[in-house]
Amino acid sequence: MKYLRQALKGYGREVVLAPLFKMLEAGFDLLVPVVVAHIVNEGIGGGDRPLVLRMCAVLLGMAVVGLTCAVTAQYFSAKAAVGCASRLRERLFAHIESLGWGDADQLGASTLITRMTTDINQVQNGVNMFLRLLLRSPFVVGGAFLCALLIDRQIAWIFALAILGMALVVGVIMALTLPRYRRNQARLDKLTAATRENLSGVRVIRAFGMEARETARFEGFNRDLAQGQLGVGHLSALMGPLTLVIVNLGIIAVLQSGGQAVQGGRLLSGEVIALVNYMSQILVELVKLANLIVTLSRSIASLRRVSQVLDTQPALTYPETSPAPLPEADAVRFEGVSLRYPAGGAESLSDISFRARPGETVGIIGPTGSGKSSLVHLIPRFYEATGGQVFLQGQPVDAYAKETLRKLVGLVPQRAQLFRGTIRSNLLWGAPEADDETLWEALRAAQAEEFVRGKPGGLDEPVEQAGRNFSGGQRQRLTIARALAGHPPILILDDSASALDYLTDAQLRKALRQLSWKPTVFIVSQRTASIRHADTILVLDDGRLVGRGTHDELLQTCPIYREIHLSQSKEERA
Amino acid sequence: MSKQSKAFSLAALRPMGALLRPHRWSIALSVVCALVSSLAQLLIPIYCGEAIDAMLGAGAVDFAAVSRVAAVILLLTLICALAQWVLTVLNNRVAFRVSQSLRDQAIRKLQRLPIKWLDAHPSGDLVSRVIADVDVVSDGLLMGFTQFFTGVVTILGTLFMMARLSLPVAAVVVVLTPLSLFTAGFIARRSARWFHAQSAVRGEETAFINEMLDGQRVVQAFGREAATQAELHDVNQKLADASLKATFFSSLVNPCTRLVNNLVYAAVAGTGAFLAIAGHMSVGQVSAFLSYASQYAKPFNEISGVVTEMQNALVCAGRVFELLAVEEEAEPFPDTAGELPTEGQVRLEHISFRYVPERPLIQDFSLDVAPGQRVAIVGPTGCGKTTLINLLMRFYDVDEGQIRVDGQEIRGMSRHDLRRRWGMVLQETWLRSGTVRENIAFGKPDAPEEEIVAAAKAAHIHSFIQRLPQGYDTVIAEDGEGISQGQKQLICIARVMLCHPPMLILDEATSSIDTRTELRVQSAFAELMQGRTSFIVAHRLSTIREADVILVMRDGHVVEQGRHEELLAAGGFYAALYESQFEKSA
Repeated sequence: MKYLRQALKGYGREVVLAPLFKMLEAGFDLLVPVVVAHIVNEGIGGGDRPLVLRMCAVLLGMAVVGLTCAVTAQYFSAKAAVGCASRLRERLFAHIESLGWGDADQLGASTLITRMTTDINQVQNGVNMFLRLLLRSPFVVGGAFLCALLIDRQIAWIFALAILGMALVVGVIMALTLPRYRRNQARLDKLTAATRENLSGVRVIRAFGMEARETARFEGFNRDLAQGQLGVGHLSALMGPLTLVIVNLGIIAVLQSGGQAVQGGRLLSGEVIALVNYMSQILVELVKLANLIVTLSRSIASLRRVSQVLDTQPALTYPETSPAPLPEADAVRFEGVSLRYPAGGAESLSDISFRARPGETVGIIGPTGSGKSSLVHLIPRFYEATGGQVFLQGQPVDAYAKETLRKLVGLVPQRAQLFRGTIRSNLLWGAPEADDETLWEALRAAQAEEFVRGKPGGLDEPVEQAGRNFSGGQRQRLTIARALAGHPPILILDDSASALDYLTDAQLRKALRQLSWKPTVFIVSQRTASIRHADTILVLDDGRLVGRGTHDELLQTCPIYREIHLSQSKEERA
Repeated sequence: MSKQSKAFSLAALRPMGALLRPHRWSIALSVVCALVSSLAQLLIPIYCGEAIDAMLGAGAVDFAAVSRVAAVILLLTLICALAQWVLTVLNNRVAFRVSQSLRDQAIRKLQRLPIKWLDAHPSGDLVSRVIADVDVVSDGLLMGFTQFFTGVVTILGTLFMMARLSLPVAAVVVVLTPLSLFTAGFIARRSARWFHAQSAVRGEETAFINEMLDGQRVVQAFGREAATQAELHDVNQKLADASLKATFFSSLVNPCTRLVNNLVYAAVAGTGAFLAIAGHMSVGQVSAFLSYASQYAKPFNEISGVVTEMQNALVCAGRVFELLAVEEEAEPFPDTAGELPTEGQVRLEHISFRYVPERPLIQDFSLDVAPGQRVAIVGPTGCGKTTLINLLMRFYDVDEGQIRVDGQEIRGMSRHDLRRRWGMVLQETWLRSGTVRENIAFGKPDAPEEEIVAAAKAAHIHSFIQRLPQGYDTVIAEDGEGISQGQKQLICIARVMLCHPPMLILDEATSSIDTRTELRVQSAFAELMQGRTSFIVAHRLSTIREADVILVMRDGHVVEQGRHEELLAAGGFYAALYESQFEKSA
């Protein structure tokens, strides 16, 4: 709610005026029966033709003014709703981007996307409906009751009872159906997941000949969903008929006691007509209100999901300015560093210490889940070490401003992701001001020059969303070039040559050794061949540093390294 | 709506009719109920009018008449309520059962479609046909039946009642009707344009958000937050603009038709009053007339909404029917029950294959694999190694030539019989949502516990599973979150181990299983491969050296074929690949 209020700031005029004009319009609706009563009582009763004409003109005038009010209200509410959704979306996006990796991990990308799109659309809808209708319905119901009270005190109690009865029916049915609608949504999600699975796993399903069983499973979910929908459908099917009965019982009661009032001379027949009209109006508005509450409850749930993300505080903060690096210091130094992810569980890294001199190449190897990626992610402070300290160029990593860190460290992530645009626009991510020569140089080192030259557009060859018009190997080489373009003093390749064949991989490593600005390079790999020429190799196992040294040293001293190496080399079974 | 999609939605009418056929009695009854409830509802104002006419003034109220009328109104109310309830219940049943049956048909269809077809169609689109489109169809049916019939009946009934009460007043209403229709139509057309604009921009924005949030780590690693936010701002402003117009214009329908309705109301009040003064109508009749006039326009609004909804439903139904009409894989052969004794001899005789006519891939390729032999398929990334898997498993069929297993042409047996002979582990691990146990027992659902555990042990995943919170009953989410890629692969291996297939197809893991685990897995595989014919898409040359035949592939073609030593000696492409792995290390 807090965020909604903030997003609506500046739309104060719209927020006030929209319901106000809507109420004005409703007010005219409420006046109609009064005018009709005049026509019946004085016009028809007194045979006063000019009065009838005047009253008809009043009706016409009210219709036109009513329309103006309604249009104004719709415009203001649409403006406020769209504006606040738009702001909320930008704020949420900025907030998500300000979250650290640890925070974003816990939320998950797919749910963040839903919140940015579907949920905010739902909020927009809710705000719009709220401004337009929420005040109108109670106003009409209350106003109709008030008018009835003004016409005849004694008949008004029938209205009170009817309103109470209808509110009760609508309330109970909604209380019963809302949770059921939610359960059906969950069933539909399950069915969607089953469909997706059947498609993504089609080869496995057919390889095992399990088509029939998977179909039966799907049909089971489908049956559950249909049963659930029928259940809630039957419940809500009661609402219309029950409110109809109540409102007509009310009308019968109004006619009966209205008859007595006319007999006693307390009322005229025109007023009885007005009372019957008010009763019908109340019914219409209550049903509208019920529909509105359904929409609103969905919007509120969406708003809550959006707020939950906005409530997530970034775990990391960065200083505004950066200290001057110490020229003679190690490029990277870890002192007793450990890391436990925010999601909990065991330590992913324990007590890691090592140093890398400027220009050195550091290889990192170890089994899956041993903490290789975690280790390199600590270097640009994507995660905060939970113990010990990381130093970059002699200064603690948390003393650097965010921008400095990003320029200092170039990362080639495990997953090769490109973005829609051109090859050039992607490469410029790493170096916004780079000229063509720099970009080609980066492509050359990344072993991507040849295929980029082969593209008709060259550097301006379009890149589709997520780079899907390039093969996995090409994408990897482009992401390497992207990191190289900015000439970062520290370069990290996180298992980012896995889709390259051995030949290309070897050429890439050779090119990395010959880079003009001599960066400190970290290479994470599963293959000893990729890191064997590193100045230092770090061997990780279960989050611990179990070996450190050159290839030859480790072959002598580190059994795990030896095992990994042997499993991959041709001496294996010699 | 374009001409083409309109024609398309009409084409959907026939299968829709077939789908509704089993429910024809329900539909007939629901139409009757719509008639009854609308008519009963229409009669109520007449009786209200009569009651009011019985109240002539002070001391002149006919109480007997009022009570009689009240009783009739009560009766009509009860009939109307009952009819309405039956109508809704029936319509719910038809709509939800139809969507259930559509989805069941769709999933059965998906299981029988050629992989070739599925590979060529984005799965997101297929999912949305099975889920979202069917939802629209059922919504359309629901609204169509409940609101369309009652709406039409109400309009016709109202006109009839009005004509009976007073022809001149009814004439006024009829003359003003087109105005209401015209206004609604005009606004609907206008706002449709903005809705199109809105959904186009929304699609653009969603794609952008998808890409940026998916690549958030990269965005942050390169400090591109401000730049991406500026990009979002631009598209977001465009969306806000389109959205404001769409929302505003579409919200004009109701006030505008209400205006027309109010005009009608005023006209009816005026003419009615004049007629009453002249003595042609009673006060009660004027009141009945007025309540008709106020109800009259509502169905018009609803019907125009329903028509759009039903058009949508037909378009979506068309998309579902289109899926259901895709030609299935022909399966002329029955499955064999029980054991399938298999030697494991595989012969490829002069096979040719291409995915697209313009690009021939495999041409006139022959291979003879004796029972128990190992065939390694090697080559650089993207060389088409998986093509052979596709052909061996009959995910795709060869264009020319024959593949024989134990001398029998594989197109001469049922696909199930062929696939039962193979055990397959793909590099792309697929687990389905369910427990670890269900996943291991995927190919043999009735396997006893000991066998499942034994398979897990053989795949070196047992101890990991035991460390999971609920052991074998731990639920794996749809995308297998919380389990590493390597562990998923091990579960896939256990899945095959359980089935003891006579022949194997393995797509070796590249980077996802660490080498130590893989070493163990390979020893387990070696055991499994003992005496079994195996095809291995290999990435580690060290595992290939023992293969009986190595197929070297490049750009979709088999360029070399032979044993390790022979190929090395030949000094060709294989030799170059091999050397590159151990560059300067020997």
